[in-house]
Amino acid sequence: MRAFTYTRAATPHEAAAAVAAHPGAKFVAGGTNLLDLMKVDVEKPTHLIDINRLGLDRIEPLADGGLRIGALVRNTDLAADSRVIAGWPVLTRALLAGASGQLRNKATTAGNLLQRSRCPYFYDTTKPCNKRDPGTGCAALGGFSRNLAVLGVSDMCISQHPSDMAVAMRVLDATVETVAADGATRSIPIAEFHTLPGATPHIENVLGHGELITAVTLPRPIGGTHVYRKVRDRASYAFAVVSVAMIRGNGIQRFAFGGIGTRPWRVEQAERLSGAEAIAERVLVGARPTTQNRFKLALTRRTLAAVLDQA
Amino acid sequence: MEFLTPAGPNSTDRQTVLGKAHDRIDGPLKVSGLARYAYEYHDVAPRAAYGVVVTAGIGRGSIDSIDAVDAERAPGVLLVMTHLNAPKMFGQNAAAPNDPRLDHATPQLQGPRITQHDQAVALVVAETFEQARAAARSLRIGYKAQSGRFSLPAMQVEGKPHPRVADIDMGDFDTAYASAPVRIDATFTTPNQSQAMMEPHASLAFWDGDRLTVYLAHQVMHWARSGIAGTIGIPEAQVRVVAAYVGGGFGSKLALYSDAILASVASRQLGRPVKITLTRAQIFNHTTHRPPTIQRLRLAAGHDGRLIAVGHETFTGDQPGERGELASNQTRLLYGGANRRIHTRIAELDLPRGGSMRAPGEAAGLLALENAMDELAEKLGMDPVELRIVNDVQYDPEQGPSRPFSERKLVECLRTGADRFGWSHRIATPGQVRDGQWLVGMGMACAIRSNPVQPSGARVTLRPGGTVLVESAMTDIGTGSYTIMAQTAAEMLGLPMAAVEVRLGDSAYPKASGSGGSWGGNSSTAGTYAACVALRDTLARRAGFDGSDVSFDKGLIVSGGRSVALAQLVASGPVTAEDTMTYGDLTRRYAQASFGAHFCEVGVDVHTAEVRVRRLLSVCSIGRVLNPVTARSQCLGGMTMGIGAALMEELVVDPRFGYFVNHDLAEYQVPVHADVPDLDVVFVDGEDTKSSPMKARGVGELGICGVGAAITNAVYNATGVRVRDYPVTMDKLLAGMT
Repeated sequence: MRAFTYTRAATPHEAAAAVAAHPGAKFVAGGTNLLDLMKVDVEKPTHLIDINRLGLDRIEPLADGGLRIGALVRNTDLAADSRVIAGWPVLTRALLAGASGQLRNKATTAGNLLQRSRCPYFYDTTKPCNKRDPGTGCAALGGFSRNLAVLGVSDMCISQHPSDMAVAMRVLDATVETVAADGATRSIPIAEFHTLPGATPHIENVLGHGELITAVTLPRPIGGTHVYRKVRDRASYAFAVVSVAMIRGNGIQRFAFGGIGTRPWRVEQAERLSGAEAIAERVLVGARPTTQNRFKLALTRRTLAAVLDQA
Repeated sequence: MEFLTPAGPNSTDRQTVLGKAHDRIDGPLKVSGLARYAYEYHDVAPRAAYGVVVTAGIGRGSIDSIDAVDAERAPGVLLVMTHLNAPKMFGQNAAAPNDPRLDHATPQLQGPRITQHDQAVALVVAETFEQARAAARSLRIGYKAQSGRFSLPAMQVEGKPHPRVADIDMGDFDTAYASAPVRIDATFTTPNQSQAMMEPHASLAFWDGDRLTVYLAHQVMHWARSGIAGTIGIPEAQVRVVAAYVGGGFGSKLALYSDAILASVASRQLGRPVKITLTRAQIFNHTTHRPPTIQRLRLAAGHDGRLIAVGHETFTGDQPGERGELASNQTRLLYGGANRRIHTRIAELDLPRGGSMRAPGEAAGLLALENAMDELAEKLGMDPVELRIVNDVQYDPEQGPSRPFSERKLVECLRTGADRFGWSHRIATPGQVRDGQWLVGMGMACAIRSNPVQPSGARVTLRPGGTVLVESAMTDIGTGSYTIMAQTAAEMLGLPMAAVEVRLGDSAYPKASGSGGSWGGNSSTAGTYAACVALRDTLARRAGFDGSDVSFDKGLIVSGGRSVALAQLVASGPVTAEDTMTYGDLTRRYAQASFGAHFCEVGVDVHTAEVRVRRLLSVCSIGRVLNPVTARSQCLGGMTMGIGAALMEELVVDPRFGYFVNHDLAEYQVPVHADVPDLDVVFVDGEDTKSSPMKARGVGELGICGVGAAITNAVYNATGVRVRDYPVTMDKLLAGMT
């Protein structure tokens, strides 16, 4: 960890302006990811803006039956919210499948969307990584890639998106609300929020420098059976090898996937198909596995079959 | 006191305190945070400076350049030490190979050559930890990387006979194997594994004149002391090491690393205390690990299941001169069979230096042997339990009946376990049992772990007021040493547990066995016993007793109808006795090992091949049980570690860089609570009079021995898929599942 300065912001707009004015600045909320990365010298902010006291920690119903989740609502509180459990249970299930109780108590809704890579080479500053140090190369290609992505990868990066919550947000068609340094606000559909690595794997979303997430909104409940199935190498406290968020019934069929894509993965065209085989085939179009993670293709199909059995 | 002949009746036979369940006496200190670990001593060394070790980012090569200008100028920095300015140190060298004075030496920063990833290349010391870490980041070290020998399979053609392990060839293996009616020929691999104990390696060092004190995390105090003294070149008598509490070791803390050595030399140079901890990310490559193996098992039997030929050939690799993983060893003792080929081959690797990890040898070897026995049972159409029973042997198979086992109750373990587990409900044909999404299977395996003993001493003092103080350089690495040594003193002196205080982990106390190789419990309590016998003699004389009918009970010393209160004997001052238990040739005359039988039920997800252990039972024979609570805890920990070995633990080698990639606890997965089901442990009654006056045997490593094979045999029974490359992960299972 390198020396940095620290201030607290009073309003979201002020926070955005403060970061925008300072090229080396970052927001800090729960800190569960940022502080770890600072300790291993992957993140090197020179200034931190603490946004924990901005009042963005409320969950409010929307007039259209939807829900507005403040950016700083902790994962634990969001998972336990009775409205979420009743209307959007896939979100609760995904949240509880992630991390540990201690981490969920600190981790925030917005921070979860911004989780960074869990590729071991990203964490190791003595090894090449285009995401950490653009232009240095990708050690994961040809290296330890068993749990990395098969979809949305590029020759520059094959890191999988680690979030469980974001997979549920994707299947729920959530919207990300932001405020920029000039006070402008915008709403970004979750499908457009995360970017593919392409030639710029260090860029992971469409946020501008200083643009602050203020909330995530959910459309009104669509009913159906909600499933979040997370396949992992141990029973808890591990990142997904493959995960499937499914909403089914009420004339609806939706799937989003974790563990296999460079961002939360959803292929809407596949949702009109039936049967695990056909759906998986469509979802996995364009997959580029390594020899170590090729098994994720079969595992995706099999996990899909498992969740289809459930609903 | 010498233990030369099998123990007869002695004062430990009373079993009023020994053998009884006692919670760990250090438990309240630990759960309240009052038990202090090496990095947590502040009062003994005020104004300690903080050191951060910089470790190499290449697996093999050399340091090309060092730019320390920014680091030296960074705020708070007191010292930047590299090979360019480090003091001369001493280690094993070609001129004096195997110099015992340097057995535990570990020189640091002695030149530009890099022989393993995360080798120490610099030390930065500053006023605060944060300053030291920040300065360490600004140190610029250039490397010249070289290719290295990083892959065990690629080195197989280079395998050479092990310099320290003789091949065993008995009978005519080739002919017997070729002509036997039922044969198995299977090759297994076990990966590099990490001990992954909770407490990181840490040291706090300070000097008083020419005398050095180091608070550190180590399992054996006299090894730590001689290692530090030898490395920095001062007499052992000038070094004191302290490790009152150790947060787990599993073999990792049998060795010294850069933290202890560099804290010592930096403290001398700066004239103030220096403390250093390794980071979790460094530990996986900087410290030792369990080396990898490739094991070929060839077993041949008659139709009655009796083994005709036993072949176990282990290939392992390690740094030059190091031991590797001796996975064939237990096969010498576990089963009979007249024709035997038990070989070990080793190749040099440039991966980090290997070392001991819980049950070195057996833990990896039984994964292969007990899986092969399961395959043999299937081929024979025989129950796996019965196959083990027909091959039980009550003497060392190599020496014959002239070297019997001291106590071998493996068959009792097997029968007891099968009955308790409901083994008779197992369906031998794989893939027959389904419970919802789960394919359910049962498996079993045997456990064996050799029973070494080590000389161990203690000093026992009866204090005014009638309380007892036990002091010993023994360590407690979370095992229960404090408690069982207190029980021993309480039993021997006829006092309640509350009257006994135990102080451990200080080289200023009598030299003791330390913790390792499953010898700690038996050896350290035997040392306590010896000191208590001496103290009893002194007290008896003070009381005016000279007969042999002296007994100690309820705070009294009793003889011939007369009794004297112990408190009365020390009214004018404490009485102290010190002794060390040493051993003769009973380990040569008797084969000594602890035994067990594991039974496991697993569920394998029919879709995803996720494996979850549903039930696990271990029935253990460890001679006399000193404390059923702490002994059971040792088994539970071993079984849990066995779940890890079977299903998830692997240090993944990246041969391009020569290191273990998954060097943190997120990527090197060990079982979490949700992976560990209801574990059941049963001890069969026993006493081993050949082992020690305590009549106990080792238990610390038995739990991990074989349990992984019981799990993977259950996976096979559930799925019909036999994976021979550990760990058995979903990707490997899926390849065989429809």
